[in-house]
Amino acid sequence: MKLLGAGISLTVLFVALPLFTARNDLLNLCVQIFLAVVLAQSWNLLGGYAGQINLGHAAFFGLGALVTRTLWVGGTPLIFGLIAGALVATLYGIIIGIPAFRLRGAYFAIGTLGLAEILRITVGNLMPEISTISPRELASYNILPRYYLTLAMSVLCVAVVALLIPSRVGLGIRAVREDEAAAEATGVGALRHKLLALTISTALAGLAGGAFAYYHVSYYPQHTFSPAWTFDAVLISFIGGVGTVHGPVLGALFYVIIRELLAVKLVEFHLIIFGVLFILVVLFLPGGLVEAWNRARRLIAK
Amino acid sequence: MILTQQLILGLLVGGLYGLAAAGLSLTFGVLRVLNVAHGELLMLGGYGTFWLFTLWRIDPFLSLVGVGPAMFVLGLVLYWALFQFVVKAHEEVRIKNSLLIGFGLTLVLHALAIRLWTADERSVTTDYAGAVLRLGGFAIPLLRLSSLVFAFAILTALHLFLARARWGRAIRATAEDWEAAALMGIPVGKTYLLAFALGTALAGIAGGLVSISYSISPSIGIEWTLKALVVIVLAGMGSLFGSFAGGIILGLAEATSVVFLGGPYREVVGLILFLIVLLVRPQGLFGARV
Repeated sequence: MKLLGAGISLTVLFVALPLFTARNDLLNLCVQIFLAVVLAQSWNLLGGYAGQINLGHAAFFGLGALVTRTLWVGGTPLIFGLIAGALVATLYGIIIGIPAFRLRGAYFAIGTLGLAEILRITVGNLMPEISTISPRELASYNILPRYYLTLAMSVLCVAVVALLIPSRVGLGIRAVREDEAAAEATGVGALRHKLLALTISTALAGLAGGAFAYYHVSYYPQHTFSPAWTFDAVLISFIGGVGTVHGPVLGALFYVIIRELLAVKLVEFHLIIFGVLFILVVLFLPGGLVEAWNRARRLIAK
Repeated sequence: MILTQQLILGLLVGGLYGLAAAGLSLTFGVLRVLNVAHGELLMLGGYGTFWLFTLWRIDPFLSLVGVGPAMFVLGLVLYWALFQFVVKAHEEVRIKNSLLIGFGLTLVLHALAIRLWTADERSVTTDYAGAVLRLGGFAIPLLRLSSLVFAFAILTALHLFLARARWGRAIRATAEDWEAAALMGIPVGKTYLLAFALGTALAGIAGGLVSISYSISPSIGIEWTLKALVVIVLAGMGSLFGSFAGGIILGLAEATSVVFLGGPYREVVGLILFLIVLLVRPQGLFGARV
């Protein structure tokens, strides 16, 4: 209940923010936070709740971006472009998921990592040219629709996960993470639940990619397939608190803001710092910021 | 004609894919951890060879004698600092955490390499770099051929070590069943340490050979991890020569695709092979068990 309240207040705050400021840099920073929330939360659904480590999240983001951008620049209404992008990303996820989920262990991680890299290289080979939106669109470019689109997406994404997880299906997904054999024995279809989590996760990642394609004026198509997007999703989930609904939101706020502060001075440095922080979290504080907060509160309560 | 020439080149690069995969497969087979930073370790080895040559003119094949042990030591440090915490968990968590740690390590090493050595592409260019062996109308780059032979020699030496030496047998016993090995008095912790360091050294040597025959940059890591993973899925785990053969198959398949489909689709072949093997024969072409 407390968390719901915090979520609603945060949403209201962000909805109202453009009324009080027109500073472009601030609004752009917020768009990055919203995109990070969607990327991390979608990763968290599959990685944190279903226990399937996806090391190629960038592929779904990239496919969403590629499809949406192509359709939108070609004249299709944005909403259809976004839906198509999400569908293609999901389809691709299912193509990897069906063979890889039948096998236990590292196959899904290997598959996602490998196929994402292959897609990145192939897209770079086939589309070496920078993609820029049309001059007509550029003349009327306005940050506000981008701001509200990405905000709406992040709210939708958090809401979907928050509603799904306590439900019967959500329980099934978590049961598969804890013990696949035991889940199967109690009648929870492991493959079915993993595929469901994968479908929602990849559709959301595809949507995030589509929003990026709508947001960014010009970029190389290969850029949206860069492993950096996967890093963002995984790092944010873990630093915030993997397997919780609010962890990725906290993580996204923390990560994007600190990154912005560090990047002013040192370009690659934030990656080194966050990489080390991430490794430490995985080894010694698997619950991330959320767990750190809970521990601190318990200490104070004593 | 073009096909044969491409196949020769594919065979030569395939040997290096095999060597890269052998190191990864060794650590996976023994420790049951999947270190996705393997390609970054390879990249570090490549820079080692490159700098030894550029700064002190040390012949690259000679420098591998130094780079290998140096990477072995790095492997000891990485195991001690990170992976020893991972192997304490049971199998599922172990794989998951090792993937995450490796992933974090990829990020750190990549960013560190850009910061230290810039993002430029580099390669070792010796006086004999351009030498070519002509054989019935086909050109065989001598350096790449030497790299292939070198890779094969290293794998043979490692094979003999695993087959004959006391510690080698300990490694194989641990790979087969670590609990039984522990009961027989094998210090499993030290065996893990040794296997991880050997895997790191193999990555370093492979990287040295890559810097001699091809080129290196901070971002090659993920590409080589990918090749190694495709080879492992192709060849299955646990056999050094299986990895070598798998690497060569991947090299030949890529070469064929370049001729028939053109360069841009080169990587797609790996993807298709990967999916087919996963669907049809998940234990790999040469592996007996998963």
